Amino acid sequence: MIQGVLHQIISGIATGGIYASVALALVMIYQATHHVNFAQGEMATFSTYIALTLINAGLPYWVAFVGAVTISFAIGVVIERILMRPMEHAPVLASVGVFIGLLLIINSLSGWLFDYTIKQFPSPFGSGQPILGGFVSSHELGSTAVTLIVLIAVYLFFRHTKLGLAMRAAAFNPSSARLVGIRVGWMLALGWGLAAAIGAIAGMMVAPVVFLDPNMMAGILLYAFAGALLGGIDSPLGAVLGGFAVGVIENLMGAYVVGTELKLTVALIIIVCVLVVKPSGLLGRTVTSRV
Amino acid sequence: MRTTLPPALSILAVLVAAAFVFSDYHLFQLTMVVVYAIAILGMTVLTGINGQISLGHGAFYAIGAYTTGVLITSWNVPYWATLPVAAVVCAGFGFLIGLPALRLGGLYLALTTFALAVAVPQVLKHKAAEQWTGGVQGLVIDKPDPPFGLPLSPDQWLYLFTLAVGALIFLLAWNLTRGRIGRAMMAIRDHALAAEAMGINIALLKTRTFAVSAMCTGVAGSLGAIAVQFVAPDSFTVFVSITLFVGLVVGGVASIPGALFGAVFIEFIPNLADQVSKAAPGAVYGVILIACMYVMPSGVGGALARLVRRVMR
Repeated sequence: MIQGVLHQIISGIATGGIYASVALALVMIYQATHHVNFAQGEMATFSTYIALTLINAGLPYWVAFVGAVTISFAIGVVIERILMRPMEHAPVLASVGVFIGLLLIINSLSGWLFDYTIKQFPSPFGSGQPILGGFVSSHELGSTAVTLIVLIAVYLFFRHTKLGLAMRAAAFNPSSARLVGIRVGWMLALGWGLAAAIGAIAGMMVAPVVFLDPNMMAGILLYAFAGALLGGIDSPLGAVLGGFAVGVIENLMGAYVVGTELKLTVALIIIVCVLVVKPSGLLGRTVTSRV
Repeated sequence: MRTTLPPALSILAVLVAAAFVFSDYHLFQLTMVVVYAIAILGMTVLTGINGQISLGHGAFYAIGAYTTGVLITSWNVPYWATLPVAAVVCAGFGFLIGLPALRLGGLYLALTTFALAVAVPQVLKHKAAEQWTGGVQGLVIDKPDPPFGLPLSPDQWLYLFTLAVGALIFLLAWNLTRGRIGRAMMAIRDHALAAEAMGINIALLKTRTFAVSAMCTGVAGSLGAIAVQFVAPDSFTVFVSITLFVGLVVGGVASIPGALFGAVFIEFIPNLADQVSKAAPGAVYGVILIACMYVMPSGVGGALARLVRRVMR
């Protein structure tokens, strides 16, 4: 029993890492623009297809990995420049509409370019036997490591580089940032690029587990939402912790309480509970507004 | 009243006449147009008039459809008697979901209802209710015959029946939104604090609007189930909710006649686009949705209303 629980927790942490990355991508865009990117999952799926295409073209895995991340970054920047720019001050309904439109377009683009059949995606860590006493597969271990590296890199980038500081300033107070000479528009575009790149990594890490098809990320996006809200949607650290927590909760609930068929409903329940009990999340700021 | 009634009646007359012109297959399509129009109307009241964004109305559509399906197959209830039951059930669910929605501003509500829409097929498949819902297989419903020996084909009858229910719901919605309650709903949408200061009970009105909206969409779901003669979990994926949302935006979020245009759009455009490729309907939806947001934020309904105002002046 204890063994089983431990196993569920460890594999929960592995999937939680994926949720944490996507949640981080969501939070980055939310912090900068106060939009929630409903198309984040679709963008990540598309990036994973790009990686698969590069691998099938004969490139080694890590070259394809870097290639896919770079292309995704560029796509993210382009989407912000072309589609999101005019939406800066639009009402919520308009931005939700644009994001849903983007979701539909990217989803059907994936299906059209790479067809709808379910594909296998290679893991760079091998698909060998469970290691460390049968608790964890080598892919789980490897993908958790990659996730952690990404998260630490993002942290260092925002904390210790000039560009990271400028991006934080642009998100925190656009007009003051503009006054000290930061090009706020480009900082937002960079934020979109980074979010797309992080999403791409998450997609490549999860694809060997859940297999690749155009709707691969639909459920993952939901868990990432739940994670982001649980941690506080304006707190990157919170999003990461929330993502890991949701991974563990999901696995434990799936194994012992509701069964695997209702796992997605767990995400819904977490979302509703957080929003009703503590809308600002565990680490988020409570928002007060002047009237 | 004077400007709304003649066009509304003439549209209704054309729709009734259509029952005796078109083939059975086209009548089925028209039936679905009316069904979608009712479903979108529910969202118009909630999103357009009251300002609460829902991306999860497919859930209420599914609940309505399943209520009808289960009542017909498990208890042999006549199809017309399932509509009021579906209305009550969906209004109840809508009210319950409206309660947490009270605490959620625009974006969070969109997000939560989106989660609801994604989770629905899983819940419908669950084993606990398999005895009634038929699990993954779903339920098959017989097509109703015309009553009283009327000289109509089943498709004609079903179309006219759906049209009658639709006309009634449109009338009720129009009546609701142009009166005192409708103005209160709009006041909440435009400035909640000011509305509260005017003595509007925001919590009560918002949850009730949610209930009314869910009721509309639920009745549409149960009419849709009768028309399609089949309900299964996989026909109620998140795509249903997104389709309804597309219809809402294209028709015009705050326009009651707009619901009809939106319904025509989501019934016929996928069929046309499907002939190009399997991926085309989604892409067309996406492009048109974004285009609408940029160039025609008030949708077809809003554009027509502007046109009419300019001509009538």
